[in-house]
Amino acid sequence: MTEALVLGNQESLRYFAPEAIVTLAFLAVIVFDIVTGGRKRNGTAAVAIAGLALAVVAAVPLLTARPALLFSGMIALDPFAAFFKIFICAASIVIVLISMGYRELTARFQGEFIAAMLATVLGAMLFACSVNMVMIYLTLEMLSLPSYILAGFLKGDTRSGEAGIKYAVFGAAASGAMIFGLSFLYGISGSLDLFALRDALDVRAVPTIALLIPTIFVFAGFAYKISAVPFHMWTPDVYEGTSTPITAFFSVVPKAAGFAAIARFFLSGMTRQTPDGLVAAAAIDWPFLIAIVSVLTMTLGNLASLRQNNVKRLLAYSSIAHAGYMLMGLVLLTDEGVKAVLFYLVVYALMNIGAFLVVIALSGERPREEIDDFRGLGWRMPALGLAMAVFLFSLTGLPPFAGFIGKVYLFKAVIAKEYYWLAVIGVLNSVVSLYYYVRIVKVMYLDIPAEGAGLAPISVSRMHGVVLALLAVPTVLFGIRFGVVDALTDLGRNLFLGR
Amino acid sequence: MFDMLSVITFAPLAGALALLFVPKERRDLIRWVAAAAALVPLVLSVLVFIQFDRAKLGINDPSSFQFVVQKDWIQAFNIQYYMGIDGLSVSMILLTALLSFLCVFASFGIQKGVKGYYAMFLLLETGMMGTFCALDFFLFYVFWEVMLLPMYFLIGIWGGPRKVYAAIKFFLYTLFGSVLMLLVMLAFYFKAGHSFNMLTMMQQGMDGGTIPLFGHVFRYGQLMFVALFIGFAIKVPIFPFHTWLPDAHVEAPTAISVILAGVLLKMGTYGLLRISYPMLPEAARWFSPALAIFALINIVYGALCAMAQKDFKKLIAYSSISHMGFVLLGMASGTEQGLNGAVFQMFNHGTITAMLFLLVGVIYDRAHHRDIDGFGGLMVRMPVYAAFTSLAFFAAIGLPGLSGFISEALVLLGGFRSYQAITIICSSGIVLGAAYMLWTFQRVFLGPLNEKYKDLPEISPREIFTLVPLAAITLVLGVYPVPVLGLFQASMGQLVRVVWG
Repeated sequence: MTEALVLGNQESLRYFAPEAIVTLAFLAVIVFDIVTGGRKRNGTAAVAIAGLALAVVAAVPLLTARPALLFSGMIALDPFAAFFKIFICAASIVIVLISMGYRELTARFQGEFIAAMLATVLGAMLFACSVNMVMIYLTLEMLSLPSYILAGFLKGDTRSGEAGIKYAVFGAAASGAMIFGLSFLYGISGSLDLFALRDALDVRAVPTIALLIPTIFVFAGFAYKISAVPFHMWTPDVYEGTSTPITAFFSVVPKAAGFAAIARFFLSGMTRQTPDGLVAAAAIDWPFLIAIVSVLTMTLGNLASLRQNNVKRLLAYSSIAHAGYMLMGLVLLTDEGVKAVLFYLVVYALMNIGAFLVVIALSGERPREEIDDFRGLGWRMPALGLAMAVFLFSLTGLPPFAGFIGKVYLFKAVIAKEYYWLAVIGVLNSVVSLYYYVRIVKVMYLDIPAEGAGLAPISVSRMHGVVLALLAVPTVLFGIRFGVVDALTDLGRNLFLGR
Repeated sequence: MFDMLSVITFAPLAGALALLFVPKERRDLIRWVAAAAALVPLVLSVLVFIQFDRAKLGINDPSSFQFVVQKDWIQAFNIQYYMGIDGLSVSMILLTALLSFLCVFASFGIQKGVKGYYAMFLLLETGMMGTFCALDFFLFYVFWEVMLLPMYFLIGIWGGPRKVYAAIKFFLYTLFGSVLMLLVMLAFYFKAGHSFNMLTMMQQGMDGGTIPLFGHVFRYGQLMFVALFIGFAIKVPIFPFHTWLPDAHVEAPTAISVILAGVLLKMGTYGLLRISYPMLPEAARWFSPALAIFALINIVYGALCAMAQKDFKKLIAYSSISHMGFVLLGMASGTEQGLNGAVFQMFNHGTITAMLFLLVGVIYDRAHHRDIDGFGGLMVRMPVYAAFTSLAFFAAIGLPGLSGFISEALVLLGGFRSYQAITIICSSGIVLGAAYMLWTFQRVFLGPLNEKYKDLPEISPREIFTLVPLAAITLVLGVYPVPVLGLFQASMGQLVRVVWG
């Protein structure tokens, strides 16, 4: 890529609009909540949605902006960053909409919930574009701290409390490991800049072991955010324990930011550009290490899902498996691989939030999270059952649903680099995933409920109905026509790789 | 020009969508809408059958495909909506259209969730038609997978006591096969220069190159052939991938068994002929001896298993495995007779086995069990039924004068030229077939009438209506096979030239 501008603090502000808008929205939500005494609940949500929507609008022009480094080289401005800003804000809008119809969250402290979420969003947006080691660490914390609050948000609920604590303890350990690793890397390159690290690895012969250890430690910090094996332990407990809209949020936004940060760290900091494409700059074969993590993550996620009876837990493990699939895209060191990850993230967000939304919609009066609670749903509530079936088949990766196209992008990229073994393990994993996704479809359709036994339809709020359609329609549509997403990810894959 | 293939493919889907707007209480209306939706492809495929130019070669020659539609679908991947047919596909389309139409009537007895049943059924028909028409690999794969979902529900919701187990087993097996096909498809996409066009793939030949994997160096073509073969072998099914079939058949409702045996099993051999053979001719030649052995195992093992069955439907299921073995033998032979016999056998097995499953359905609907030894002497009570059954049984045995004889004879003729010993053993399958079929006939229809069934009603006009067309085809083609055999002779000749030079 061409020479990039390094902008000073004042010039940078112009390109910082999305983050600035989210910050203002965050403050506005707090102020609005205090002024109205927390009574105008939909008003609080409306302020947040307006802020996030504005941030999306502000981020769109950045998709085609010339790459630059903002704030004297702290964060990158490139289409890749713009893509993640749009993605994170758009997904968060959906979550806010969902939370509006969810009594557990709207009953108390909705203002606080939305504020904590916006703070997480801001952290995620910055995490996705940090190119300075200190920035990476700070934004990781900025993303994590409000997440801990969100995880433990249901005050008085022991499961939620446990989730909050667990998330915080694991998070503290992971970020501690990460900063320890970063300090080593600083020692190697003498600079906090990722591009300087790459240059240093190019000229200096760094002993393998001296690089391997910090790389693993730094990766631990990222891996915890995307719940890659073996840093996934917190995921099922946190996903199960916390309020379902928050679970849906966790399964998409911090995860996406984590992927952005991994891509940025390894592709900017540890990859060299050669005429034949990108190669690992370091003495260690980090792509291979990530490939192993990818295989373990998808396999463990899928095998563990087989045994779950709680749908939230099942989706938690399956989201681990999806992280494994996406990691495949990052080991390839190709544009196509990065693009595949972005594409997969988009369809994953649609179908995964969708599946969680069905769980939310079902929990009208009491939590219905066990697979048994879905019994006969397809006959009892045809629309909701159909939507869930669409999401589940899409998650499996069957055509004609979007999840299939996502998998095609990933496996196409993997095959293009001739990583056949990885591709074979990947597709076999999708076969395994069929079994547990179809288990839910089975109880929904194949087990016809006995006459009269709880046949009364559960009332679903209108807001949830609308959002469900908003997620289900593209899940089908992108399986047949996906030019829009292709164009978006084609821009978004342009990652700034250094001066 | 009127886009015949698209209408054939999507008319059932349109019917399925129309069904969603029919109130679910109006069951008869639902049934007739479904019948109308299945009639459209039948009428059009008869038109195709009439208009089809039998001299055109097809297979790997783009200019000689007929009724071609070619439009861009997804430009980012260079995926096209590319449909067209040659002799190989036209026979399968005809078979699919006919069986689907008859099965709509065979399903009139279904009372539970009629609307959902027919919607799924029509979606399945779209998937089958699309698979046979597609000339773009991606399109082919999408249609191939589209068949899975309705089949899962049709077995799982409307099936017998162990339906849930059978449905998931079918689903997992087939998906396992198709994901391997997905990888091959993506690999070919790069090899063909970023194209999913099947004919481009055939013309470029996908054989060359090597793949280092787990410390070995594999021939590219051979590895890809084996991966595709596993996918297709599960569908056929070829031993040892056959275990899903008896379960699925026993649990599926009658009409779905008919479709499963009549059309879906052909997908496997169709895939081998349409994709594996012309794209990987070198590997296909390399694999032929193994395929002949698989054919042998299928024929003999299937027949022996059939002989051991007590369940009428399971017996037919295993006989399908045996009969599909003949298709494989014909394909392995690499001769024109063999391949013509193989495709003709696909068609004939489709019609004959459909009859057999319909007949089992008739007796099951009346007696509510399928235990072969639980009947006896039914000939007295149901002479018409017995007549149809004997025709179907003799056709399945391969009695001269009925269609099954011609295809099996062609296969054996072709096979004998390449694999004498194997073919001789395979021909024992016909003897075994005669043994289990006649023995079954004897136990069910002859002997003293079982007192329990002295009031069993005779076969109904609706059931006769579903059987007559199939019986007529069996008789006519047995005497004069040219109308169907002539469809694919040119194409098979071309395929032999492509693969065996």
